[in-house]
Amino acid sequence: MHEMSLAGGVLRVVEQAHAREPFARVSLLRLAAGALAGVEVSALRFALDAIAPGTLLEGATIEIDEPPGQAFCMGCGESVEIRSRTDDCPLCGSAKLQPTGGMELKVVDLVVHDD
Amino acid sequence: MCVVCGCSDTGAPAGVAVNPATGDLHFGAGEARVSVPGLSAGRAIKLEADVLGENNRIAAQNRQHFADHGVTALNLVSSPGSGKTTLLCATIHALRARVPALPVGVIEGDQQTSNDADRIRATGAPAIQVNTGKGCHLDAPMVAAAFSRLPLHGHHHPHDGAHDAAHAHGHAHAHHHHGGMPSLLFIENVGNLVCPAMWDLGEAAKVAILSVTEGEDKPVKYPDMFAAARLMVLNKVDLLPHLDFDVAACIAHAQRVNPGIEVLLLSAKSGQGMDAWLDWLLEAMAPAEAA
Repeated sequence: MHEMSLAGGVLRVVEQAHAREPFARVSLLRLAAGALAGVEVSALRFALDAIAPGTLLEGATIEIDEPPGQAFCMGCGESVEIRSRTDDCPLCGSAKLQPTGGMELKVVDLVVHDD
Repeated sequence: MCVVCGCSDTGAPAGVAVNPATGDLHFGAGEARVSVPGLSAGRAIKLEADVLGENNRIAAQNRQHFADHGVTALNLVSSPGSGKTTLLCATIHALRARVPALPVGVIEGDQQTSNDADRIRATGAPAIQVNTGKGCHLDAPMVAAAFSRLPLHGHHHPHDGAHDAAHAHGHAHAHHHHGGMPSLLFIENVGNLVCPAMWDLGEAAKVAILSVTEGEDKPVKYPDMFAAARLMVLNKVDLLPHLDFDVAACIAHAQRVNPGIEVLLLSAKSGQGMDAWLDWLLEAMAPAEAA
């Protein structure tokens, strides 16, 4: 259940943004959890809901995009999209794929208000 | 206080209990029984879009700190019960026979108890237990705090006034390799094949330990961990004659999620494969020795 720690990390990023340019509240928080980021999105959502009360995240709508994984196929030399680390290359069927993207959990942006 | 590792001798990070007798750290001592980065009142200045950015920043500091001290750090990850601590105890004894002067230290991560650190200390090697409370993994700040309490942190420092003064001023970390022998730090993570994969601790490499009493398909069931590991140790191979474990299939599963993964077969109990394991460890240290 590392999503609780990740939710704490999301809050920290928001707090850091608030420290740089203060605001009263957040109406929208957009996250991107890559398919290879090791994040269970429903658990992350649960954890964010759990920690939100009393913080800058209280009342914010949270959108979590799930971009696919990117990988370089050592079989055919192409860059391909994958959904998990156990996928085969969708082009040539090789199992030798080196993930190159979709491995991060990021805070994409915030919509904030001064009222 | 040292900004890199918090190694001033005063106290511990907020919300962390320190056992005064052993130096063991308990991160779950607060009301919530769990250490959650970000729930602290403290605010940093820099904006990081990567949610793990703060951990990664401390991990990078740890990595530099280890390099400055000539320390090769390995992050040992596995399910509970794979034999990590038994392997570590056997490794410490074997290393002592092969390279008697090599300093070895251990950071032990568990949710509760100091049982594992006690077992390591019984070998004569220094160990710091980190209890995570309800936490399911070690993070970089925990390792920074624990490392500062290990003698490996101090053994390259000449105890002259100039260096101590530099230390007191927040550890600008101009300290170079002061000579003497490089050292090895084992970080035994919380037994968990999921969460520790995501948290960089500043280690040179992750070593995934899988015992042959487990399923041979664990590398594909928990792909993130085996993708993150440089080496997979198949432990308890002395039991293979009694089991249906398919070693070749297990290795194929591991290579499927990590084409470059190295594999060693080992029994901490019988000593089979121990020489190759020590060879691997000493080779992992080679960059530190060359530095």
